[in-house]
Amino acid sequence: MIRSDYLLKRVTFAIVTIFVVITLNFFMFRVLPGTAVTNLSKVPNASAQLRRELRIEFGLNLPVGTQYLDYLKELAHGNLGISFGNQQPVASNLKTALLNTLPVVTIATVISLIIGIGTGVLSAWRRGSKLDHLSTNAAIVLYALPTQWIALILLIALSRYLPTAGTTNPFQIGPVSFWSNLGDLSSHMTLPALTLVLTLYGGNTLIIRSALLETLGEDYMLTARAKGIGKRRMMWSHALRNAMLPITTLIALSFGTIVAGAILMEVVFSWPGIGQALYQSVQQRDYPMMQGGFLLITVSVVLFNLLADLVYFKLDPRIKA
Amino acid sequence: MTAAASTRAAGTPGAPVPPPGPGRGPAVRHGARRLASLLRERPSAAVGLGLIIFFVILSAIAPLIAPYSTTVASGPVYAAPSARHWFGTDDGGIDVFSLVLVGGRISLIVGAAASGVALIVGGLIGVLSGYFGGWTDMGLMRVTDYFLVIPDLVLMIVVAALWGPSLNHVILVIGLLLWTTTARIVRAEVQSVRERVYVRRARTMGASNASIMARHVLPQIAPLLIANTVLCIAIAIFDETSLDFLGLGAPNTVSWGTILEHANDHTAATYGAWWTVVPAGICIAAVIVGCYLLGQALEDSLNPRLKVSHFAFKSWRLRPLVGRGDKAI
Repeated sequence: MIRSDYLLKRVTFAIVTIFVVITLNFFMFRVLPGTAVTNLSKVPNASAQLRRELRIEFGLNLPVGTQYLDYLKELAHGNLGISFGNQQPVASNLKTALLNTLPVVTIATVISLIIGIGTGVLSAWRRGSKLDHLSTNAAIVLYALPTQWIALILLIALSRYLPTAGTTNPFQIGPVSFWSNLGDLSSHMTLPALTLVLTLYGGNTLIIRSALLETLGEDYMLTARAKGIGKRRMMWSHALRNAMLPITTLIALSFGTIVAGAILMEVVFSWPGIGQALYQSVQQRDYPMMQGGFLLITVSVVLFNLLADLVYFKLDPRIKA
Repeated sequence: MTAAASTRAAGTPGAPVPPPGPGRGPAVRHGARRLASLLRERPSAAVGLGLIIFFVILSAIAPLIAPYSTTVASGPVYAAPSARHWFGTDDGGIDVFSLVLVGGRISLIVGAAASGVALIVGGLIGVLSGYFGGWTDMGLMRVTDYFLVIPDLVLMIVVAALWGPSLNHVILVIGLLLWTTTARIVRAEVQSVRERVYVRRARTMGASNASIMARHVLPQIAPLLIANTVLCIAIAIFDETSLDFLGLGAPNTVSWGTILEHANDHTAATYGAWWTVVPAGICIAAVIVGCYLLGQALEDSLNPRLKVSHFAFKSWRLRPLVGRGDKAI
């Protein structure tokens, strides 16, 4: 496959996927039973007139094709509608939420990857040893524990030492220095980030271990060994570099897990991020917010997948012949 | 089991001459032998199977052995664990031990049913796509790709919220979003099976596509399908727990997910009532570890590449040239 061909293919796939998601997002909220209006007009004694007025207000009396085109047009202008919950534009609500979610998720993902690579390499290196068994079993147990459970346990165990809700201390009054603000924010961020690290770590280390074990059985590893290359170099520059390919793919596929973890973590710690926004919109049946949240999360996952594809492309020199 | 059922279904009932090929008996016996040898070789598989069986039996007899009602208060609010209430009581004074026992039923049922749905949908799409190739393959795999990229839980939340909460909806929502990996794995396997000599021979002899798929392809991929389904159950229980936790599960039922939901909603943490949280989480983790160990052992036993390592310090050896296991040269 030629390099530019590969790039073009991946970018096209991402664009088409986003379009499919947008379309799905539109039809899911209209075709499935229980549209916004059937639920809104569940008010006791809703008259036929009220229902008709609601349909006209939401533009549901227009043909579906027109509605779809309108939706696409407004979306292109960045209009995601108005939240039923707080009467603010959905886009600005989501922007605030996203800015709260991104730092925690990024920090947690990076930390869990670093620790995961460390223990994964170590346990593949000493395959079958006590250390390997210990690390693998710990990873399996962590992988099996539900995120919300880890969050609740941390909440109960550490609530005396660390703040457990929100992003800042609401009782901080008056002008505060940048550093004390940062300290406050990071102390609030500790438990949410720790929860995510523990959630993601187990899966990461298992993926890295098994990807490494696969490459260790390859013939080029035997060649490297026959050439008399040192263990260290063999592991880091022969095995791990080749194992990075499946690892990248698997981590790209685990973005969904990261998002799921973030949603559950945010609900427990009342972290005002995108997951909390989605949860609240479900609780309040706030359809525009739900739709916007779904779109934002899905599109970001698609874009991160594209990013992973590009990294893959960078890592694998074979994609050019 | 799948293999046996499919071969039996494919045979013409009432035909004077029994159809050639493996009948029900040998296939089942073969499967049982394989499982037994797997359990001997890998203690982790035995541990996994043991955990699963333990929780299935516990859930089956839960109503008989649960000491208290799961709807009526039987003690003070947030009472710590004691001889009367092994796991303490929750915010309504309900015995947590009984809740955990009964809660396992819904969690296991949803896990099994949803992965059943995923098995059927994923298996069907994988077999069709791998067997026919060409446009069918391209179309079906495109759809799979889209579903693979969309984050599961988010789509589940939205669909569950739109459909409204009910047990059947939860099962369907989870099952219909879980099939993607199954489809991918099955497709890859079918692609290789379909080119094997015995399949090509069957085709030359004029066997129809349907009968080749049912009698020659399906039995071959059955072990892989079973391994994948066991792993799917783990994910399904995870998803069920999450949906329940977010208040989107079946209403008015007790499950491990709703126990955690109530603990969070009714601020059990503020009271330091760890006993409302710990048991349910450990049960979930135990079942998932069980499924993971068993599924992984099954999958690993199907992947000979993992048996070789040119690196391990202690036991490095060459890839065997001929034979497997003890007979390897």
